[in-house]
Amino acid sequence: MNDFDFGVVTANWQFLAEGLRYTLQVTVVAMIGGIILGTLLALMRLSSIKPLQLFASAYVNFFRSVPLVQVILAFYLILPMVLQLFTGQPMPIGAANSAYFTFTVFEAAYYSEIMRSGIQSVARGQIAAGSALGFTYGQTMRLVVLPQAFRNMLPVLLTQTIVLFQDVSLVYAIGATDFFGAADKITQRDLRPVEMYTTVAVVYFIICFTLSRLVKRLQARIAIIR
Amino acid sequence: MIEIKNVSKWYGSFQVLTDCTTHVNKGEVVVVCGPSGSGKSTLIKCVNGLEPFQQGSIVVDGTAVEAPKTNLPKLRSRVGMVFQHFELFPHMTITDNLAIAQIKVLGRKRDEAIDKGMKLLDRVGLKAHAHKFPGQLSGGQQQRVAIARALAMDPICMLFDEPTSALDPEMINEVLDVMVELAREGMTMMCVTHEMGFARKVAHRVIFMDRGAIVEDASKDDFFGQPRSERAQTFLAKILQH
Amino acid sequence: MNYHWDWLFFFQEADDGLKYYEWIISGMGWTVAVSLGALAVALLLGSVLGVMRTTPSRLLVAIGDTYVDVFRNVPLIVQLFMWFFVIPEFLPEKLGLWVKQELPYLVTAIIGLGLYTAARIAEQVKSGINALARGQRFAGLALGFTEWQTYRYVRLPMAYRIVLPAITSEAMNIFKNSAVTYAVGILELYFQYKQIIEKTSQVLEITIVVTAIYFGLAFAMNRVLAFIEKRSAVPGLITGGKGGH
Repeated sequence: MNDFDFGVVTANWQFLAEGLRYTLQVTVVAMIGGIILGTLLALMRLSSIKPLQLFASAYVNFFRSVPLVQVILAFYLILPMVLQLFTGQPMPIGAANSAYFTFTVFEAAYYSEIMRSGIQSVARGQIAAGSALGFTYGQTMRLVVLPQAFRNMLPVLLTQTIVLFQDVSLVYAIGATDFFGAADKITQRDLRPVEMYTTVAVVYFIICFTLSRLVKRLQARIAIIR
Repeated sequence: MIEIKNVSKWYGSFQVLTDCTTHVNKGEVVVVCGPSGSGKSTLIKCVNGLEPFQQGSIVVDGTAVEAPKTNLPKLRSRVGMVFQHFELFPHMTITDNLAIAQIKVLGRKRDEAIDKGMKLLDRVGLKAHAHKFPGQLSGGQQQRVAIARALAMDPICMLFDEPTSALDPEMINEVLDVMVELAREGMTMMCVTHEMGFARKVAHRVIFMDRGAIVEDASKDDFFGQPRSERAQTFLAKILQH
Repeated sequence: MNYHWDWLFFFQEADDGLKYYEWIISGMGWTVAVSLGALAVALLLGSVLGVMRTTPSRLLVAIGDTYVDVFRNVPLIVQLFMWFFVIPEFLPEKLGLWVKQELPYLVTAIIGLGLYTAARIAEQVKSGINALARGQRFAGLALGFTEWQTYRYVRLPMAYRIVLPAITSEAMNIFKNSAVTYAVGILELYFQYKQIIEKTSQVLEITIVVTAIYFGLAFAMNRVLAFIEKRSAVPGLITGGKGGH
């Protein structure tokens, strides 16, 4: 097989682009949802209410100890059962949709650890200063601590998002058509693995490499402002 | 023993050493002093090639440090060096700290190396601590071990890079005592230090550096009696107040 | 919910004559084999790359940096597919054929996961070496050590102690990441998990059991490394908190 033919890539570019769009959608949804959920978990973990602390740390430790592929498959199968429990009728939600939920829930565990160290990185004096101004605990968190924590941790949050972007490829486990899944499906039909997989690898590399360089630059800028 | 000729060094476009020329004769004790950032630590690190320099030459016991063919590890194994922060190897016992270079660099037998190390450890008064790790010793004790470690290599001369400036005041003397004794035995020494008491006691010559240049290079008596440069005078006045 | 719990299905015979719990045990064996093999590759190569990135040689630094950039910016599953379906095509014909037909899948999977993890280990090793005071290198050199000897006797022993906690978490991650090798035909734990779900539909029981096993493996790895950490602790030294010079 010496005659490589990248025509298979150009001929199927629309299908690949659709896949890439899905990958990006899952990434963006899971990033936003994951950061919100993760921040809540971080606040719970740092709160003085024992049950909340325990819940948050159990949540985080659980999802950080299980293989993502396993969670993807398990949620895909279990989610409809849980929904049926509430609605009383079968609720097939499909592979593509279940991934949005899975990634949000899964990544929240990782984002929460980042936000937790971000919150802890904000000087204690800031909390005292907030209280001294008459803010409630909630106001101090919302107006003083979280904005600083978020800014300090922005590069790390974005780096985690690049990891997330790569991890979406694991929806292969439930047959959803992400970027990699699209390439794989074309390969199964046209039997051009070299061209397809190489293209996928190169595109992933270009996107992730560029993003990680941008994050590095951002990091340098934040370091200077601080 | 040490010949430093017209040495200049730059970090990028920033010049840290400007045309430095001096020497240390066999058996001589030379103290190098000067304000911080004057380049004295950089100069002494050039002597055994830890810091490269772009111009000039340094010859140690007939070997040119900057020559590309020079076997630097071999040269360094003959020149003892003591650092500001001791730099004992934290993961090794004191015994191993003293023995490792003897074994790996000089090829001595382990027993022989340990024997030699113990003798020197005894000399600096720390024989009882042989089994400990550096982190379990005080700063002064660590620095004495570091001196013993350098001596274990049977050096032809010793370089001291601010050996007491990281120490608490009450530990400075125990280290200086070891250095004085060494000087009195005739060891060739180049010492970057602010300890003027030490200089008065054992130095033959004193070099004063400022902004990367050697401003004054005089016999001890001349230096303390009548420093020629104004900068050296101000420096001395400041230091002697303490 | 009309889910039918049945914990005893693990003892039922599957269509290959083995019982389901035996599938799980066999999958666990493969998971451990892939993971430990890949960890060995990653530690070895990652250390070499990490050291390269701290040397004064620009070429070595560039090679190390490029490696890390490439292997961190392509998803693991894509990397594995490259090793299985693409790289052999670029090898000399006979070698490529041998890789495809003779070389056990396990070896290719170990290399794939190992090279992926090596990039992470390289990052840790590099940061460990850089965390050491510059004076330690000088002290080694001043005693007559060659550059290599300063790594061997002075810098690496301390660097490893400093990064051991980070390496511990990479080592725990490797079990999780090994699950991806199911996609290239390794019959490891996740593969068996998927298979058992297809055969029996007892999703919840098997999910609980397999999750517990992944927990257990990561925990065992954690204990082993905690033991190493304890054994290698240096008296009188608090690692990680070493003040900067």
